[in-house]
Amino acid sequence: MKELLRMREISKYFPGVKALDKVEFSLFLGEIHALLGENGAGKSTLMKVLSGSYKKDAGEILLGGQPVDIDSPRQAQELGIGIIHQELNLVPELTVMENMFLGREPLNSVGFIDEALIEEEAAKVLDELGTDIPPSAVISSLSIGEQQMVEIAKALSYRPRILIMDEPTAALTERETERLFSIIRRLAAGGVGIVYISHRMEELFAISDRVTVMRDGTYVGTVKTREATFDQLIKMMVGRDISARFPKEYRARGPEALRVENLSRPGKLEGVSFTVHAGEVVGIAGLMGAGRTELARAIFGADPLAAGGIYVDGQKRVIRNPADAIRAGIGLITEDRKQQGLVLGLSVRENITLASLKRFCKHLFIREADEGKVVDGQIESLRIRTPGAGQMVKNLSGGNQQKVVIAKWLATSPKILIMDEPTRGVDIGAKTEIYQIMNMLTASGVGIVMISSELPEVLGMSDRVLVMHRGRITAELPVGQATQENIMAYAAGGE
Amino acid sequence: MLETMRRSPLLRKMGPLLGLLLLCFILAFLSDRFLTVNNLLNITRQVSLNAIIGVGMTLVILTGGIDLSVGSVVALAGSITAGLLSGGHGLAVSLAAGIGVGGVLGLINGLIITRQKVQPFIATMGMMTIARGYTLVYTDGRPITGMPEQFRFFGGGYIADIPVPVIIMALIFLAGYIMLKKTRFGRYIYAIGGNEEATRLSGINTPKVLVWVYVLCGTLAGLSGIIMASRLNSAQPTAGMGFELDAIAAVVLGGTSLSGGVGTIGGTLVGALIIGVLDNGLNLLNVSSFYQQVAKGIVILLAVMLDRKRGKGGA
Repeated sequence: MKELLRMREISKYFPGVKALDKVEFSLFLGEIHALLGENGAGKSTLMKVLSGSYKKDAGEILLGGQPVDIDSPRQAQELGIGIIHQELNLVPELTVMENMFLGREPLNSVGFIDEALIEEEAAKVLDELGTDIPPSAVISSLSIGEQQMVEIAKALSYRPRILIMDEPTAALTERETERLFSIIRRLAAGGVGIVYISHRMEELFAISDRVTVMRDGTYVGTVKTREATFDQLIKMMVGRDISARFPKEYRARGPEALRVENLSRPGKLEGVSFTVHAGEVVGIAGLMGAGRTELARAIFGADPLAAGGIYVDGQKRVIRNPADAIRAGIGLITEDRKQQGLVLGLSVRENITLASLKRFCKHLFIREADEGKVVDGQIESLRIRTPGAGQMVKNLSGGNQQKVVIAKWLATSPKILIMDEPTRGVDIGAKTEIYQIMNMLTASGVGIVMISSELPEVLGMSDRVLVMHRGRITAELPVGQATQENIMAYAAGGE
Repeated sequence: MLETMRRSPLLRKMGPLLGLLLLCFILAFLSDRFLTVNNLLNITRQVSLNAIIGVGMTLVILTGGIDLSVGSVVALAGSITAGLLSGGHGLAVSLAAGIGVGGVLGLINGLIITRQKVQPFIATMGMMTIARGYTLVYTDGRPITGMPEQFRFFGGGYIADIPVPVIIMALIFLAGYIMLKKTRFGRYIYAIGGNEEATRLSGINTPKVLVWVYVLCGTLAGLSGIIMASRLNSAQPTAGMGFELDAIAAVVLGGTSLSGGVGTIGGTLVGALIIGVLDNGLNLLNVSSFYQQVAKGIVILLAVMLDRKRGKGGA
């Protein structure tokens, strides 16, 4: 096979940090090459060097055997290197075609933008992708999956030889992911070299030809996907054996802690009923938009409910807002910790006690000694790695930020904890720790509702699995009877 | 110097204070009348009105909001108190009415912002115009005079050689400082400014906190209006024009972020003093009042740009 790209001994320094240390990478014509590593391993940095966002400090980049210097994103584009970033970079108020040609609009003879030409070109690329998104649609009217398609179309409109995709499926449903994979395979078959960054192991096995693993800014190795095993890649990535991926401890379930009956909210939820027992983990699976997050928010009082009853320990509770929910003993760990879970500019201490501050107050004043005791206790028992309780939360890693959110809810002594995507965006080591915290909670009698899009996690950590589709619960399965296949079937609306 | 400031968080915090000291140092050199007890007391008295309003403005800006109505509230509160006094009403009633009007207008601001979801800029801009207009209606466009002699105490009196407005200012700063540092309410103000949604989802009644913040801001503006009317011994319908901008400038010079969540009450005091010292110094140096405005604007811009730079270096 012909080598399209070789990166040799690439190093990159930031003040005080060696972000990349002699990293190797290569890409063949038509190859799908996965780049794997924990958060902070240097995957994105390496790709930013390749796509011109960062300048390398040492090493060599060969394109088709020729050494090149890449100084700017524009130059990378001219060399045929396209990148699709993790976050969507579209202007929501502009149309699909305007976004695709932003900054390089072709002009007509009068000097105005040549709308007809843009539309024609945009339609051509979208058609090649096999989507039916109209070029004149406004971005904000599209679903996240469709927006992702537009990003891809935009990158393809530059006709790249190398396409870098950074976590492209993070916001996609299973079906959209499947569609994306078939597009990626088609592109590769057409000779484009694809660099695929992801931390979802299942995906790498499904799509890649080779996997390169990075750890702490260094190159660990490259293996053929066909010959690699799951455990081998984990070990390369983490640097040690992870004894058990899901350290689930099963225990006898206690009395009923939460019962919801006929929860409804027009267009979102339809007659949802289920129970959670003390010491039990109820996993909720479903596609994006199935109403899982809406269900969590409704129980917690974050969104108004049209109908239905919520019972905690057998007592009916009226929950109109989050304060009512907290009083009833319910906590909610939101799916998006930066937007909804944390005040990033405040300290670890202030975040941990935010939901329970009343407990540490006498009249209006905060009793700092009491507050400090509880905070220190949480930092220790959840093993939150922080230089101190006064550290700003934004300076912590994703896994430790998530532990701060968990600590915030533990400080309210909840009876029921709803965890919406509890391990999203945290690395493998922190994931295991979060699972252990879940064990610790169930051991002390807390009932957990875990919403997750990662089926292995649902299967690995739940006692019971509920599947949602279009605002309803379509199946309830003891974990012993649940499989990825039957969950997916119920999630897609099958019976 | 800049390098060290970037590295040290303490120096970063102390930045505005260092600026103030540097300004004083320079002025002490340029004018021998600057560093006298009389002049310094004079500055603090002049600063007191802006600083009292600045405390309320700090709370509002910490939540990520803004209050443009404070200048008009100053005029309305001063006029109502003066009007009641000159109409023969008692001192306590008249003072309570003036301060109360400030609180009620703040309440209306808060309710419009939280219930009707109008942006603070727009809501308080509307209130600015309404309060100014109502002041003109109430005073018929003419200054109100003829208040009893004892009313002069609040703006012009002294306790142990210290001007009363300065003492009021000091008490309010102390109360504001303790409130922000030590109470739940203060903690919630920072939390809302940092992330309102996360704060709401932590079970905090964020609209209630916000309404109280605007009530406090309006109340303090009302108090300032009374002090001003007392000091001038007359209530001018045009009083307080542009006070909202001075207060915002003091808050920003003190290092508080306009996007909310970050800042201190002490910073605002320093910010107000910087503006006061600059005005005073330029007067002593016989700079024309036209140029004084230019200089003030430049100082504000420089200070904020410097702060931006430090912020970037630090992050």
